[in-house]
Amino acid sequence: MQAYAYWIVLVSVAVMLTGAVSVLVLRQYMAAVVATAVVSLGASVIFVVLRAPDVALTEAAVGTGLAGVIMALSLRRLGLHRDDDPAHHREDESGER
Amino acid sequence: MRRYLALLLLMLMALLLLAVAMQFGFGAAPMRVGSAINSAAPGQVGAANIVTSVVLAYRGIDTLGELAILFTAATAAGLLLGQRPATTQPDPEAGFILRHAADLLFPLLLVVGLFIIVHGHLTPGGGFQGGVILAAAFFLPLLARPASRFRHGVFGVVEALAGAAFIGIGLLALTDGGPFLQPMLGKGVLGHLVSAGTLPLLYAAVGLKVGTELAGLMAGIAAYEARDP
Repeated sequence: MQAYAYWIVLVSVAVMLTGAVSVLVLRQYMAAVVATAVVSLGASVIFVVLRAPDVALTEAAVGTGLAGVIMALSLRRLGLHRDDDPAHHREDESGER
Repeated sequence: MRRYLALLLLMLMALLLLAVAMQFGFGAAPMRVGSAINSAAPGQVGAANIVTSVVLAYRGIDTLGELAILFTAATAAGLLLGQRPATTQPDPEAGFILRHAADLLFPLLLVVGLFIIVHGHLTPGGGFQGGVILAAAFFLPLLARPASRFRHGVFGVVEALAGAAFIGIGLLALTDGGPFLQPMLGKGVLGHLVSAGTLPLLYAAVGLKVGTELAGLMAGIAAYEARDP
């Protein structure tokens, strides 16, 4: 493996870990969906470095594109895409009652 | 307390996985099956893309199973979606940027998706990847203009025909004397567009099926409005 590949993998792993932790920490559901897509994007870069372009294409198309769209549409169906802050949402509900 | 226990368990699992992973060099293939297939596949199947010769020739029936799984999952999701209330209004049109970007991107995505499907036996990619891009291409205009009608009927017919074509090509190999899904029509010249026998036809069927199926699924999810809270 070439020397530059080492750095590409290192950066991708850092991006993926950041994305994965952001999914847990982010308060906005839609932002968390985008963060999962970032994890897939980092994985597809690593697949390219490992000389598996077929897997990288699949990961980029399905993991980043399709899965993100389906999760975003599901958020819309559940009515969670407008309420940015889940904690705020709960406050609103209890206030009504 | 339970949280820390879970964290401790996760760390132990990570340690175990690391211990296993340390056995192999990063990016080095630990098995010899891969190199054996790499050397045998171009001569036996005639596809320049070794992955395609594995997916459609050596493991064709696995691919058929994969298609069946995708079909079942999409059908189940469609059943769960339920009915759209008749009183709901269609969503308003998207903004200027999304509408015009959708118009510009639609032909581009169509060409990229078809290219990846047609060149599945030559370059990385194939029916599944190209199909997902096709699905995105057909979903994008719907995202820009939710009021426009999505032709579920046409997409369903294309999906059914593509799925039947995959099985039909596989059954044709039986009449030729070979096993199910055995590649036919000769190998051709390695690296040419018309080569690898029936593999490009199989990938075209896979691409059309995956593309129409996923486009229909996304259109279905998008059409059903959130219930009133």
